[in-house]
Amino acid sequence: MSQTVPNEYDYSVAKGFVLSALVWGVVGMSVGLWIALELAFPVLNFDLPYLSFNRLRPIHTNAVIYGFTLSGIFSTWYYVSQRVLRVPMVLPGLAKFHLVIYNLLLALGALSLFLGVTSSKEYAELQWPLDILVVVMWLTWGAHIFAMVGARREKTLYVSIWYYMASFLGVGMLYLFNNFAIPTRLIAGTGSWLHAVSGYAGTNDANVQWWFGHNAVAFVLTVPIIAMAYYFIPKQVNQPVYSYKLSLWSFWGLIFLYLWAGPHHLLYSTVPDWVQTLGMLFSIVLILPSWGSMINMMMTVKGKWEQLKTDPVLKFLVVGSTFYGFATLEGSTQAIKSVNALAHFTDWIVGHVHNGALGWVAFTIIAAIYHMVPRMWKTELHSIKLATTQFWVQSLGIVFYFSSMWVAGITQGMMWRATDQYGNLAYSFLDTVRALYPYWAMRGIGGALFLGGFVLFVYNIVKTINSAPKAAMATVAEPLSA
Amino acid sequence: MFKALFHAIERRPFWFGGAIFALIVIGGIVEVIPSFFENSRPIQGEQPYTALQLTGRQVYIQESCNACHSQLIRPFKAETDRYGAFSKSGEYAYDRPFLWGSKRTGPDLLRVGNYRTTDWHEAHFERSSSVSPGTNMPNFPWLFEEPADLETAFAEMLTVKQVYNVPYDQPGQPPLGDLEQMKQNALREAEPIVAAMKSRQVKEAFAQGEIKQVVALIAYLNSLK
Repeated sequence: MSQTVPNEYDYSVAKGFVLSALVWGVVGMSVGLWIALELAFPVLNFDLPYLSFNRLRPIHTNAVIYGFTLSGIFSTWYYVSQRVLRVPMVLPGLAKFHLVIYNLLLALGALSLFLGVTSSKEYAELQWPLDILVVVMWLTWGAHIFAMVGARREKTLYVSIWYYMASFLGVGMLYLFNNFAIPTRLIAGTGSWLHAVSGYAGTNDANVQWWFGHNAVAFVLTVPIIAMAYYFIPKQVNQPVYSYKLSLWSFWGLIFLYLWAGPHHLLYSTVPDWVQTLGMLFSIVLILPSWGSMINMMMTVKGKWEQLKTDPVLKFLVVGSTFYGFATLEGSTQAIKSVNALAHFTDWIVGHVHNGALGWVAFTIIAAIYHMVPRMWKTELHSIKLATTQFWVQSLGIVFYFSSMWVAGITQGMMWRATDQYGNLAYSFLDTVRALYPYWAMRGIGGALFLGGFVLFVYNIVKTINSAPKAAMATVAEPLSA
Repeated sequence: MFKALFHAIERRPFWFGGAIFALIVIGGIVEVIPSFFENSRPIQGEQPYTALQLTGRQVYIQESCNACHSQLIRPFKAETDRYGAFSKSGEYAYDRPFLWGSKRTGPDLLRVGNYRTTDWHEAHFERSSSVSPGTNMPNFPWLFEEPADLETAFAEMLTVKQVYNVPYDQPGQPPLGDLEQMKQNALREAEPIVAAMKSRQVKEAFAQGEIKQVVALIAYLNSLK
């Protein structure tokens, strides 16, 4: 995949998405830190709607998942696809439109959530006019994927391309079904234009939502990140993927099994028992393709482990893959009914999500950006030392995060069910809240370290870009204006 | 055989996409569809939300209360002791969207109407720590200032009545009528709640025929039983 292509690569859109990953990363993580501190120090809510936890929480999740992560995914798509398909950029105008409409959508989404315009469905909060914009944005990306694949010069599709395609198809299907809702203004002719009522009621709505919600994790936070790992790990260590067979089985296994695992979010709910049991079983089996990919990523580094000492980019990639293995093991464990009985509704789940989101997703995207930026801007990384410092600061942040959330979650779960010698509940709900303040504060420290590391990252990347030769600078001016 | 199949498909991207799609739809079809109609049947005695309750439910959603409060009581003794009877599917038949939540930073609210009163909620929204010392729930002073959006609630009620056959206006079921009648019903429901509240701002607005968001939200919370 490293053969030279006669044409010059067109990185203008990939560069634009790198910058939007930096911007949305800072926004999403700052809001995350703020709401983490609000839990520990509720005075920070300031009695204002636009600063209070409840309104900010969906802005945090949307900004980090759909802002930072999707930007990372799109930037790597526009970078990787030209290389592994061995074809210069096709439809550059469409790609620029993609960059613009995507950032516009995020800005409007954040604004609407500030105003309390939400569908309430987690990770699908945007209301119907913005949903339509999401579909347009997503189809734009899909059109570009298939146009690139159609125009390719390399006959066989590289593993990363499988994963990008699966991400497009999976999210497309899930988003359409889960957001099926009827705009009430169109029926009644009165009330807000933005309001819509869900196409599903009660238990069905929950079932569809978590079929979506769990697989949004799959097809946004896992599948395209694996695509990155399969490209950037081999590139960074300069040797091929360890096992083609393992990548093949892991891919087909993953995309098939993942879609069944959603009901583990609904254990002991009113969803039929057989659906819950099926969801639990598939969640456990899911460890096989997950670890298949993880082992494949790790083994690709075989023989190059000494490079870890000097190369911060590889540090991020290897620790990212480690966290993938760790978070998937944790997830499968939490999906076991008896474990879930304790873990569900607690901070342990929040800790689990962040193991994946910080350790796996963010680290892999950070590594990808570190790999791409010097190559796209034709320059050297500003400071390897700073990148190494960032790695350690952020790793420490993650350790603070998950250890405090483990203790908080298990404490919470145990206190909710604790009884005295007569079988009465031992603690009031408020007792369980008061017990958690130290852990929430510790989590705040973890978040602050992670955000602090991210700021170092942004500084390092901006300095790198500024050191680029003048001619390369010109191409970035336009996408930035989005 | 598999190897040959995969190898062939890897060179044909549209077949490849088709194969992906065929695999990813199966899980959803099997898990969502078979019990779809059974899940949406209301349990006996379950009624759709009244005008003011539904208005309040929209306030609940506007403030993302479900980010910290669940509405799902699992069948464990520790939960039924704390919150009341465990959840039944038919209780949620009129919940669009469902509001089960995924995190209990605060307690479950599915049956909060059984053990909290209007004046408690009022104090709690004004200054949560006044009735729950040590809580980290935000205060919601703006709910005492902003008027409730009855038009949008009416639009939702009419939509679910027409599209999903929610039994408004049927014998023994809550009335809907037209927008004016719906507003009158909401005012009638608000009256005892406003009477039980202390806020002068809320009372003065109500005397002018305006319902504040906090009143609707309390009506909704009181209906959760």
